[in-house]
Amino acid sequence: MFNYTIKRLLQLIPVLLGMTFLVFMLIRAIPGNPAQVILGQQATKEAVEALTIKLGLDQPWYTQYFSYLGGILKGDLGESMRTRLPVADEVWPYLAATLELALFAMIIAVVVGINAGIISAWFQNSWFDYSAMVLALVGVSMPIFWLGLMGQWAFAIELQWLPTTGRENVRDPVSAITNLYIIDTLIQGRFDQLWVVIKHLILPGLALATIPMAIIARMTRSSMLEVMRSDYIRTARAKGQKMFWVVYKHALKNAIIPVLTVIGLQIGLLLGGAILTETIFAWPGIGRYIYDAINFRDYPVIQSGILIVAFIFVMINLIVDLLYGLIDPRIKYD
Amino acid sequence: MNERKKLLEVNDLQTTFFTDSGEIPAVDHVDFYVREGEVLGIVGESGCGKSVTSLSIMQLVPSPPGKITGGEILFEGQDLLKKTEKEMREIRGNDVAMIFQEPMTSLNPLFTIGNQMSEAISLHQKKWSKKQIKERAIEMLKLVGLPRSEEIMKEYPHQLSGGMRQRVMIAMALVCDPKVLIADEPTTALDVTIQAQILKLMRDLNERMNTAILLITHDLGVVAETCERVVVMYAGQVIEEAPTEEIFENPCHPYTRGLIQSVPDMRDKKDRLYSIPGNVPKPGSIDKGCRFAARCESAFSRCWIETPELYRNSENHQTRCFLYDEQEGVTNANEQTTVKS
Repeated sequence: MFNYTIKRLLQLIPVLLGMTFLVFMLIRAIPGNPAQVILGQQATKEAVEALTIKLGLDQPWYTQYFSYLGGILKGDLGESMRTRLPVADEVWPYLAATLELALFAMIIAVVVGINAGIISAWFQNSWFDYSAMVLALVGVSMPIFWLGLMGQWAFAIELQWLPTTGRENVRDPVSAITNLYIIDTLIQGRFDQLWVVIKHLILPGLALATIPMAIIARMTRSSMLEVMRSDYIRTARAKGQKMFWVVYKHALKNAIIPVLTVIGLQIGLLLGGAILTETIFAWPGIGRYIYDAINFRDYPVIQSGILIVAFIFVMINLIVDLLYGLIDPRIKYD
Repeated sequence: MNERKKLLEVNDLQTTFFTDSGEIPAVDHVDFYVREGEVLGIVGESGCGKSVTSLSIMQLVPSPPGKITGGEILFEGQDLLKKTEKEMREIRGNDVAMIFQEPMTSLNPLFTIGNQMSEAISLHQKKWSKKQIKERAIEMLKLVGLPRSEEIMKEYPHQLSGGMRQRVMIAMALVCDPKVLIADEPTTALDVTIQAQILKLMRDLNERMNTAILLITHDLGVVAETCERVVVMYAGQVIEEAPTEEIFENPCHPYTRGLIQSVPDMRDKKDRLYSIPGNVPKPGSIDKGCRFAARCESAFSRCWIETPELYRNSENHQTRCFLYDEQEGVTNANEQTTVKS
């Protein structure tokens, strides 16, 4: 297992290298000169040229690329062209906001999705099964932005139960320690703020959870249905085991591997692909951070932002692969 | 021997499968009984309803589509069909245990043998300590002839061979000293040498622990080696019932005779092995007459019109064939038998 992990980590190097190259070239294919964007339309040609040289954008692309790579190897993610701050310092609050939202959404998606899938398979062709699967189908086909807007309209504007946007009460901001506000408020014992933070998480969390929840429910159901027909399920029942434990112990462990794969991929998607939700709910997350950077042609931020998201994505999938081995003794990694 | 009490009695059992293409009576008015400490064989071709019968006793028929639609299953005088699911759970694995055809897939691949053995014990011995449970599990693994049973406790099913897994299944089934063990084709998936070992093991355990065994098989060789009494099933019905010796010496139903003739005999060098012509009819496809008539060499006009009952030809021998109906007269039966042989 240790050797396998090392091998997999080494395999990540070419993957991430290829990714940096792809992103590097792609953003340079977007029309627009960063210096021009920073200085505005009225800037003189000389000023733009001067800034271009200062930003190093007059160099040939390979010089720029290798100096960027060299920086990464030294742990330097570059400097934002816009704010002049190192990306490494600037990115964490955004990343933390996204992590918090994505984990919150994923917990909802996993708990509800897996249980809905299990119960649907257990009581196959029951009314629960039919309604859960119809809902799941609606869930996967629902545009998130529409769902988000409807949620805001119903629960924030009409019912006024939940806040419309943001992460916190702007008049009583959370003093950041880890930037994961649930943890921060807990550390500081500010339970009033904790409740506010959770209320802010609910709407974007549910909007973000919808699609993964539906996918997880459908995947769990089909995987469980197959497992429930196995001989060892009959054996467990023949021992006198309760149906609940037959399902949640014997069947679930056997059915969970394909579900885990889906969960891993979905977490990755939530981290990088939450831009829509983050925009609707004015969530200061990494998706918005990269999106704004693209508008400003802030090359270092785009490159490093995407690199971070990609790194988390591949790490999560590595963890999922390692989990297979822990669940199924027949899977051996050497 | 016959004074032993009837432990398990199946009376007029009907199990029906409700499918899109109609109702299929997989088990159709089946009667038989198992006495204390007895080994009863149920024999028949694939699809004759023997497995469904055994699953019906455990009430583990896959439902939907299967459902027990009538009859009673008396265990120590109490009707299992009237018990709640909770009461049934107390009986399953405790009083009545079961082993299955496929040892390769009957154990959960993701749990250790120890975990699965302990589960079987702790479900019914709620007061036992972990240590007691573990000791009992190891003791049972030793009893079924598994060497290094302590190590096996920590191993997973895929680390064991088919024969070893079936031994584990038997150990797991017998761990709570059940009064009846239902063995559904326990040796079918195993090599011949392993088959013989497993059958010997079951016979030994039957003698040592006095566990009654309901052995379901399509293999007459297995019956001859293991069972005291045999029930022959055909198309969801019991068609003949007799002590094992009697069945082999004096098979009455034409189907039973066919079955016995189709066992290869090493002394007899015939060119081709006998096989009963035709196939088992689909359950529910015959509503009139004897279900075997279409394949029967002795069928006569009555067989197509009336439905035969089980006729008693001696104290412990019953046959579902008009040849043994007293109305037809013994002469007719003898005549038919001579024609056949």
